[in-house]
Amino acid sequence: MSKIPEELKYTKTHEWVKIDSEIATVGITDHAQHELSDVVFLELPQKGRKVRVGEACAVVESHKTASDIYSPLSGEVIDSNTELLNDLSQINTDPYGKGWFFKIKISNPDEVKNLLSAKEYEKFITA
Amino acid sequence: MENNVKGLKRTPLYSKHVELGAKLVDFAGWEMPVQYTTLLEEHLAVRNNVGVFDISHMGQVYVKGEAATAFLNYILTNDVSKLSPGEAQYSLMCNEKGGVIDDLYVYCLDKNYYLVIVNASRVEVDVAHFSEVLKTFSNKESVNIKLMQDCGAIAVQGKNAVKVVTPAFELPPSSENILNSPANLKKNQITAFPFGGSVFWISRTGYTGEDGFELFAPQEIIKDVWDKVFQFGKKYGIKPAGLGARDTLRLEACYPLYGHELDENTTPIEAGLSFFVSFDKGAFIGRDILLKQKTEGVSKRCVAFKMLQKSPPPRQGYQIWHSAYNDSPVGIVTSGTHSPTFNIGIGMGYVKTAVSTVGTELEIDIRGNRYKAEIVKKPFYKKQ
Repeated sequence: MSKIPEELKYTKTHEWVKIDSEIATVGITDHAQHELSDVVFLELPQKGRKVRVGEACAVVESHKTASDIYSPLSGEVIDSNTELLNDLSQINTDPYGKGWFFKIKISNPDEVKNLLSAKEYEKFITA
Repeated sequence: MENNVKGLKRTPLYSKHVELGAKLVDFAGWEMPVQYTTLLEEHLAVRNNVGVFDISHMGQVYVKGEAATAFLNYILTNDVSKLSPGEAQYSLMCNEKGGVIDDLYVYCLDKNYYLVIVNASRVEVDVAHFSEVLKTFSNKESVNIKLMQDCGAIAVQGKNAVKVVTPAFELPPSSENILNSPANLKKNQITAFPFGGSVFWISRTGYTGEDGFELFAPQEIIKDVWDKVFQFGKKYGIKPAGLGARDTLRLEACYPLYGHELDENTTPIEAGLSFFVSFDKGAFIGRDILLKQKTEGVSKRCVAFKMLQKSPPPRQGYQIWHSAYNDSPVGIVTSGTHSPTFNIGIGMGYVKTAVSTVGTELEIDIRGNRYKAEIVKKPFYKKQ
């Protein structure tokens, strides 16, 4: 059974989002890491990069496949979890904690309402 | 042989994979375990300890008769007549152009009695080829070919495989048969063991680059054989391993995989497998072209390469570039992965002969970006 923390928001492309006023932290869901299996490579966006909602801005790879990560919101990348690059297994073991990918300063708060709730995401992945 | 609603075949060990919580995928039309826990754990279990694979999906073809040896020597590249009963060899089956139809293992069970293990993805093609060649074979009435559809097979691999398989299946010492114990099997040797009122084969062969055994058994006993292996393996922390780990293990050992390093447009000479082609045993299909390639050289060669920088894993189909050739790629990746043992990208591919020597620096185009790699001596990994 996939873990889907209640307090987070989600996308149909399996990113999770933690909103803290104007800062959004982004990672991939437990469901996504399980589908991918062991992550062997990660490419994170540079600090300062401006992203639009839905724009591919990171890549995560397993033995099986390479997956684009799409920004759930528009804004500017203010931090990337470069420490994660030293131990990619955390993406699989702690996707909602140490496995976070990047943080953005939200430029368009209206977009937040388009994100899925935990219940909506659960419905989406079990459909 | 069970079928499920998706039309995939299931081996006699399917229920074991379900019990163990394996992630199941379609492999050559079979519902097979790709992993049970993680690829890394399973790969390292085989490298450092002992792991178990279900390989029942592979084709088990029995070839017997007065002309069995002659027939196999005609369709295969290696010299089967060199095998005494109880011995096995790796071989390739080629078409008239020297292209590989399949790579396989031939086990001599007795005089004129062989077991041929072929790739699951090539069973239909191989059997059709046998039939086709047999039609015009001079001694066809003296060759009997039978594909055993419902057999089981298990591979137990790793330095501790012998410590598990030996007590599980060995017989009391006997003066008649020194091969009473799996421990007495040398590499590429095979012998029969009684079990559960039946008989099955144990060979000291494998596809991982470690010591190990392959167990070929009728479906009636294969589940009990599996249980026995796990029973005796418990104290070593034996682990089931799936197709994901099977691929990373064989790639580290530089073993070719059909559909990657080998296909009908690639010859054993280009693949670097001349050792398994016998030119002094007489005529065989593909001999002329292969001899020409052996004497005159080939235009492309299979190489092993290691990434020189952190990169996404190289994958089949990625272009290979060389600084002396700016206009077009010098080759193509046929297999690639992130090596669990070396923690770097590794792969095999074909490149122009001119840039195929060990030490040559290449670039691999990985999704639009070029990363440096270097040709290395095969294999990447040799067992300790």
